[in-house]
Amino acid sequence: MIALEQVTVHAGAFVLRDVSLVVPAGSHTALMGRTGAGKTTLLEAICGLRPVSAGRIVVGTRDVTHESPGARGVGLVPQDGALFHHLTVREHLAFSLVVRRWERDRAAARVEELAGWLGLGPILARHPAGLSGGEAQRVALGRALAFHPDVLCLDEPLSALDDDTRAEVCDVLANIRRRTGITVLHITHNRREAERLADRILKLDAGRIVNPTP
Amino acid sequence: MKDGAKTPRPIATRGSDRVFLACMAVLGGTYVVLLAATVGADILYTTPGHLWRALQSPEIRHAIRLSLLSCTLTTLLSLWVAVPIGYLLARVRFPGKALLDALLDIPIVLPPLVIGLSLLILFQAAPLRALERVFPITYAVPSIILAQFMVACAFAVRTMRATFEQISPRHEQVALTLGCTRAQAFWMVVLPSAKKGVLTAATLAWARALGEFGPILVFSGATRMKTEVLPTTVYLELSVGNLEAAVAVSLLMVAAAVAVLLLLRGQGIANAFDRPL
Repeated sequence: MIALEQVTVHAGAFVLRDVSLVVPAGSHTALMGRTGAGKTTLLEAICGLRPVSAGRIVVGTRDVTHESPGARGVGLVPQDGALFHHLTVREHLAFSLVVRRWERDRAAARVEELAGWLGLGPILARHPAGLSGGEAQRVALGRALAFHPDVLCLDEPLSALDDDTRAEVCDVLANIRRRTGITVLHITHNRREAERLADRILKLDAGRIVNPTP
Repeated sequence: MKDGAKTPRPIATRGSDRVFLACMAVLGGTYVVLLAATVGADILYTTPGHLWRALQSPEIRHAIRLSLLSCTLTTLLSLWVAVPIGYLLARVRFPGKALLDALLDIPIVLPPLVIGLSLLILFQAAPLRALERVFPITYAVPSIILAQFMVACAFAVRTMRATFEQISPRHEQVALTLGCTRAQAFWMVVLPSAKKGVLTAATLAWARALGEFGPILVFSGATRMKTEVLPTTVYLELSVGNLEAAVAVSLLMVAAAVAVLLLLRGQGIANAFDRPL
């Protein structure tokens, strides 16, 4: 679950004021809104990448308002994937496990499991420069899921993909959610994508969450 | 990702465009011709015998050794400083940032002689004079490294700043969500991504240090077999009328400069200096 209670976030001159939002545990919630509405700012606040001036953020059962990004249990998949150019696909999947000092065997098993789920087995030795758009987003997804986060934040992960690749990654996302039951907050501009994947569609308008659909 | 960094496709050229392009080529070409002519004149002036004799000279061999040593140490020191400053300037907002940015450009715009003079005056201050009694700097080898460092480091800082600015902060942010501290994100994600920029900064600092003369002349002097680096050799040989040796040493420096430029072009990131002053 993600719960935002009266959260205020400053991003330069832009301010998101008193935003409240609940993403129920296990749900896939799409957050829509026009460009500049503050969707990414909100996501960054949930991930701990932007400080919160007021209010409270709860992830799972923990108040994470003042926790570091790595301690929040939030996996992030940005729009462009933000893959690390010097690492192979295998190293991407293992990245958070190395940082979190997982035992080598356990980490290797987790990497194999994710590679199987995401169809990355044949390309584990490749670097990002050799990946297609769909492959890159699957790697970014695997990297975000590796450490068993409580929630997954997707920041327009399909917007740069062509229709076929978008459909392919949509299937992967739906499949991952079926397997893990992870809570997903998904920012998108694409209503069809939201309707296909999400249980709930919310809209951020002038700093308010509106039009909630149960 | 496969389509990531495409080079722009050339624009189709029509007949009328050729006149325009020819004008551009003639205007720009004059400088290229001048450059090629100066290098060509050096090459034609000297003979393999002059080069061989220059390389056999104990003074010149000493100058080559000292240049290689001082330039390498200067490069290491420059990177040591340029990487953190470049990162801070690219990533962190802090009071006085614009002032610091301007201050760091001073060695680029200041006449080299003034830098040497400023160093000389600085080392006349009481605390540094006391230090020199234990560890001689002025008119000794450390002064060469310090004089080269003063100028070369400014170029390395600009290169590293441009490099870090080109790396999306999103990479670092993702690393933080994956469990990294800021320091881990720097070492595991940012610095490996900046590898080519570090190499460019190192190459530029090395090349810049090799060509440095003004501050060395003022701060280190031009003592044969003591504080003599390659530009000093050119100056000393010229001052005694040995033009052949001066040109031979100049050609050695031209060869080093060409090697460095080829290395930079090979890296394909010589555009680190695109940011205006």
